Amino acid sequence: MRRYILSRVMQLIPVLLLTSVAVFMLIRLIPGDPAHIIAGAEATPEQLEAARSQLGLDQPLPVQYVIWLGRVLRGDLGKSVISDLPVTTIIAQKLPVTVELTIAALLFSLMLATPLGILSAVRPGSWVASGTFWWNALAMAVPTFWLGILLMLFFGLQLKVLPTSGYVPFFSDPLKALRFLVLPALTLGAHVSAVLARFLRSALLDTLHQDYVRTARAKGLVERQVVLGHVLKNALIPVVTMLGLQFGAFMGGAVITEALFDYPGMGRMMLQAILTRDYTLIQGTILFVVSAFVLINLVTDIVYAFLDPRIRY
Amino acid sequence: MGAPSSRSLLRNLVREVRRSRLGIFSVTVLLGLTLLAVAAPWIAPHDPLVQSLPDQFMAPSIRHPFGTDEFGRDLLSRVIHGGRISLSTAVVAVSLAVAGGVPLGLAAGYFGRLTDSVIVRFLDFLLAIPAILLAMAIVAVLGASSVNAMFAVAVVAVPAFARLARASTLAQKNKEYVEAARCIGCTDFYILRRTILPNAWGPLIVQMTVAAAMAVLLEAALSFLGLGTRPPDPSWGQMLSSGRSHLARAWWYGLFPGIALTLLVISLNFLADSLQAAIDPRFRGHQSAEGRGR
Repeated sequence: MRRYILSRVMQLIPVLLLTSVAVFMLIRLIPGDPAHIIAGAEATPEQLEAARSQLGLDQPLPVQYVIWLGRVLRGDLGKSVISDLPVTTIIAQKLPVTVELTIAALLFSLMLATPLGILSAVRPGSWVASGTFWWNALAMAVPTFWLGILLMLFFGLQLKVLPTSGYVPFFSDPLKALRFLVLPALTLGAHVSAVLARFLRSALLDTLHQDYVRTARAKGLVERQVVLGHVLKNALIPVVTMLGLQFGAFMGGAVITEALFDYPGMGRMMLQAILTRDYTLIQGTILFVVSAFVLINLVTDIVYAFLDPRIRY
Repeated sequence: MGAPSSRSLLRNLVREVRRSRLGIFSVTVLLGLTLLAVAAPWIAPHDPLVQSLPDQFMAPSIRHPFGTDEFGRDLLSRVIHGGRISLSTAVVAVSLAVAGGVPLGLAAGYFGRLTDSVIVRFLDFLLAIPAILLAMAIVAVLGASSVNAMFAVAVVAVPAFARLARASTLAQKNKEYVEAARCIGCTDFYILRRTILPNAWGPLIVQMTVAAAMAVLLEAALSFLGLGTRPPDPSWGQMLSSGRSHLARAWWYGLFPGIALTLLVISLNFLADSLQAAIDPRFRGHQSAEGRGR
């Protein structure tokens, strides 16, 4: 086990290094003077000079990279070109908003996917099974932003029961916050709910034909006890770990959902950074998201290996 | 040599797709949408770019079946023309991704050692960035345009092809017929092309369909975010983005481009499912490749 964890951690290092090189090269690949890019279009000559020395542009490229990496490792991601705030401060501000949205979306998709997945596996050919099939097919094909638009049209403009944009922090007014959270969470969670329902269904189908399930039936357990006690418990192992792998889908979906609903989280912040050419902010956010993604994948793999001792890569 | 002929693979695929109702449905829809896109200039009732401010925000009618937008342009014509961007992105991005990914995967699997670890680490790196963020970052460097969006989508699609090609190379490189080819003095390039690649085509064709669906969605998302096709060119994602700002006045603006987009993606997904069933008989019924998106 320890050796497995160690080897997985070692595999991360090249990925993170490559990411850091790519992120470092980002502003140097864009045509034009990097100092101009960092200092903004209306920079004074003094500001340009400051940006130049901060980037170490008079040094050779590998030296610049080492200086930059050293700062990053000390937690200094630079300052936003637009707002002049440290990138880490901005991320710390926006992250909780996106985490809130992601948790809500995750809960929604679990609540939907668990019954759909179980029923469609246990009762193949029933109307629940075919309904689940079509829900999955639709939820995987409907683009996130169009689903959001449909929800806005129906709940926001037709029924007028939910707001179509805006955000209230959860801890300032939970009820009001929930009203603002519902539509974005449904939008973001729909795709993952389909992935999970499909995955749960096939995991259950695999488990349903195992010998120990036949034994459970043979000793006279009621079908409900067989499914909930024996099948589900084992089928959930891959499903739980699958959730970890959905982090990337959530992060990508959050960009679109937040842009659509004017939700002030990481996703919308990153989009604005790209549209306003705030390259230090883009660099910092990408680095942060990729590191988080890679770490979550690592934890997922380790949890998986821990839950199922047969797994060794 | 032991490689199956590509013609029999193709015949197999066609037979399996024709056998399933969803397969027939998806091929029909895809052919229909392709026809509309190719013949757009002759089929579309109006010019997709001509503005007519008096006709602003007209509800669907016989003259404008899908209604009009904020500049009085005919939405049906814009939706028909928008198919050109979605379909050409799918074709161009998938071709680029195959051209880039398959040789990478073949080389990694066949040569092993350092080549393999360098390529695999590079793929890990591409996979470590969530798809849309990678595409956004590429567009951020290159600038927003539909051509750059196609390129970004292609880069996102590369790792899946490379991994498939690598896996099937690893599975075959020690088979007798590959050894035989090596013994009679065939070059590495010849062995890869004539003995290993033909056996890899099955999963690659399925992946091409999956990647096409992903490409359509990703291009639409980029255009929706303002990072792909620029106005006034009609693309479904960009139309939905403008439609979102006018939902209160024009529900049809946010509806029809989305229907077209969903129809295209769902057909590609169903086609992928029936192709998968054709190359892997265990995969019958309504199952689908888990975790094939990411």
